[in-house]
Amino acid sequence: MADLISHWAQAGAVLTVHRWMAVMGGLLLACLAVLVLCLQFGATSVDMRTVATALMHLLRADQESSATLGTSEIIMVQIRFPRVLMGFFVGASLAAVGVTLQALLRNPLADPYVLGVSSGSALGVSMAILFGIGSTFMLLPVLPLCGFAGGLLALLFIYRLAQSKGRLPVHSLLLAGVILNAILTAFIMFITSIMEPNRSAGLMAWLMGSLTAPGYPALGIFLMYVVGVLAFLMHKAQLLNVLTLGEETARSLGVNTEGTKKQLFVLTALLTGAIVAVSGMIGFVGMVVPHAVRLLIGSDHRLLLPASALVGGMFLAVADTIARTIMAPAEIPVGIVTALAGGPFFLYLLLWRKERML
Amino acid sequence: MMGTAQPWLPVDARAIEVEGLSFRYHTMEGQGRLWTLDHLSFQVDVGEVLGIVGPNGSGKSSLLKVLSGLLSIGEGDVRLGGLSLGKRSQTDIARLLAVVPQEYAQVFPFTVAETVLMGRFPHRTARWWSMGIGDETANDLACAHQAMVDTDVLSLADRLVSDLSGGERQRVMIARALAQEPKVLLLDEPTAFLDINHQIEICSLVSRLKTERGLTVVLVSHDLNVASQYCDRVLMLKDGGLCCIGSPEETIRPDVLRMVYGCDVVVDAHPQTGRPRVTMPMGFARK
Repeated sequence: MADLISHWAQAGAVLTVHRWMAVMGGLLLACLAVLVLCLQFGATSVDMRTVATALMHLLRADQESSATLGTSEIIMVQIRFPRVLMGFFVGASLAAVGVTLQALLRNPLADPYVLGVSSGSALGVSMAILFGIGSTFMLLPVLPLCGFAGGLLALLFIYRLAQSKGRLPVHSLLLAGVILNAILTAFIMFITSIMEPNRSAGLMAWLMGSLTAPGYPALGIFLMYVVGVLAFLMHKAQLLNVLTLGEETARSLGVNTEGTKKQLFVLTALLTGAIVAVSGMIGFVGMVVPHAVRLLIGSDHRLLLPASALVGGMFLAVADTIARTIMAPAEIPVGIVTALAGGPFFLYLLLWRKERML
Repeated sequence: MMGTAQPWLPVDARAIEVEGLSFRYHTMEGQGRLWTLDHLSFQVDVGEVLGIVGPNGSGKSSLLKVLSGLLSIGEGDVRLGGLSLGKRSQTDIARLLAVVPQEYAQVFPFTVAETVLMGRFPHRTARWWSMGIGDETANDLACAHQAMVDTDVLSLADRLVSDLSGGERQRVMIARALAQEPKVLLLDEPTAFLDINHQIEICSLVSRLKTERGLTVVLVSHDLNVASQYCDRVLMLKDGGLCCIGSPEETIRPDVLRMVYGCDVVVDAHPQTGRPRVTMPMGFARK
């Protein structure tokens, strides 16, 4: 009996601790490699030695030795390292939000950007900026909260639509997202049009999805916040699995679906609000990454969620490196890079893979 | 399975006892709308197969959802193993009673084994620090294995559920329910959308589970012949009210069917079992 069980349990049919460790370990190593590579490239490319010196300096965290650092080391420490780290965690959060929304709405094409959740957050943040509540990023707690409120409202609106007749077909949900996006974008455009030109230019650049190099205190707050919410989501991974069986089946398995859904809505809106507040609207990471990861390692959310987060982090770190370097010394918004990579993939899924996927 | 007869219900209790059950959907309140289920009273004995039949909209599926605790009771009482559903937690119900839904559309690529193991969810001992990784105990794996053996889906263990045929998928869903180790199994239209070979397969599987596992089964079917051939007793619903309950011979009769369905049908004896067999009469057009 035990032999028979181990036959299917070990054959990749179910998630084992061993496989979880192997996949996550491999991905963590890949993340380290990608992050170090991303640190090398920029308006001025540096060699490994400079990266290593700068990292060692950061690890030792002694501010006195700053005087001994060269220009490129200072660029590394002050600008490039926080920015790459920021990009990594924004990407990880986007992918995690994508995975959660997909399981919650039982729709593999769900994505915070496509469904208008990001737009909701962006509108919240834009209004906060318009009314002068913290026009700088140093007031981090305020802007993410406005983003959270906007994102949560958009998410609830979309969910109500999705639930109107038990289950909404995949394409109708996307259509609802498109319309919600259009309405929310109109409001955002209205806000930018009544601002002074110099302020609205900054707002537009932020809206297109751009990463900046935050100061270390702001980066620290952002990382604590994001890692905390991600850990919470990770804790709900097994529930996400059961939710994909359908709401009634989940309830018949003893899941408190209403409570679980509320928690997940709040968690995803919290993450989306924070991401949008720091980086604007970066699209398609939440859809492309989970889809690719799911094809490779399967659907068990206990592995899919953290693995997608790591891959999403790598994806955005690389996309941002491209955005920084392709027209150096000028930068293009990273949202353009992810949209150019993710948009065609989304179309491909929608048009050519629909039978297989839906 | 033998020798592990747990005292899940008091000696004198039935598996399910329904007393004066009425139910209506919240959206219909205040409109003077009739009850969706109207003062139903019946019992389901341990180890019997009860078939619920009736015309479309007679409340079959609603009744099944009330019995499984998915819809809250309006009036009256439903007791599972001698204790009211309202006094049991959702997890408590899930450990005693499993539901196989009518259709199952999985949009994500889950394997058969993963799906069946999800049936162990109500028995899972939550360990918050492991975040769910490696939660499956040896007992969980053994239960899932046995469920897949019983439903003959073991060879499909590493296939994706979305790649299976309708009959195979239905067996996987039954396996998922069996992994819960339930005492009562509720099936909603288990043979709908299936070809005749898969219908036979599912029906004989249900009979086998009843004898091998001593399961109490309640199944909803729009197919009177399925109810007649495979159920010990048949409950007939009409407009949410209980029309009659009893052996197939007592309930599947031309006069009862005319009253419930409003049409004439031919009822004769099945050549093998002697149970009632319902067939359509010659069309009126040719009369």
